Amino acid sequence: MEVPILKQGPYLIAIIQSALADADIVHLRDALVEKVGRHRSLGVIIDVTALDVMDSFATGTLRDMAHMVRLRGAETVIVGIQPDVAFAMVHMGLKMEGVATALDLEEGLAYLDQRTRAVRHR
Amino acid sequence: MKPLELATETRVRVESELDIVTARMRGRTLAIQLGFRPTSATLIATAISELARNILLYAQAGEIVFSPIERGTRKGLAVVARDEGPGIRDVTRAIEDGYSTSGRLGMGLPGVRRLMDEFHIQTRIGEGTTITVKKWNE
Repeated sequence: MEVPILKQGPYLIAIIQSALADADIVHLRDALVEKVGRHRSLGVIIDVTALDVMDSFATGTLRDMAHMVRLRGAETVIVGIQPDVAFAMVHMGLKMEGVATALDLEEGLAYLDQRTRAVRHR
Repeated sequence: MKPLELATETRVRVESELDIVTARMRGRTLAIQLGFRPTSATLIATAISELARNILLYAQAGEIVFSPIERGTRKGLAVVARDEGPGIRDVTRAIEDGYSTSGRLGMGLPGVRRLMDEFHIQTRIGEGTTITVKKWNE
């Protein structure tokens, strides 16, 4: 199932709405990295509230995506990691090193606003 | 005492990426039915996801079998991931953090070991791999 990507001002927002197969996550990564350039976006928010499992593949692909987006000059924030999912990730030893996370969409937007303030008021 | 394994089994065939999702959803549902708390069910579902992906990655096809288990008064869930793939050449390293022959993170099997209470692996070169994991309900 494809994840819709919304353009909201200088940001791209992808809200995952159901369980994703590996190919869907890879597709999301590639689409976002491409759209950051096309829309000259400053930030990306991935909402993973609907994911009930984040295994090594999902975690690794999201982390790669955040790093690729940064190489394209934009910031990424992952929002909505559920408590049980966070517990499983820590248990398993999966890390989101170097990737910003926030509680929900609202906090994610606040984070991006703060991170991109200088560029937006240029 | 030898654990008593109940007869009711559920099988999920793993031969495409979508089967990974199916397997972990089935596992979660079964875990909840067996009385596991959602937090434990998430640990189980995550482990199943890793096991199913390993089948696909290294053996292209296989199956995952779920069965309720009992030991004395304790109840739990056993998950068996079975394939007839190439087998694992170096089992000791396969369950080490960061070791991978597929160019991936190498977090799969060591992660599964940490998520579950019991972990057993049986593999033969050229014949396949069977990984049995168990989770007991607290």
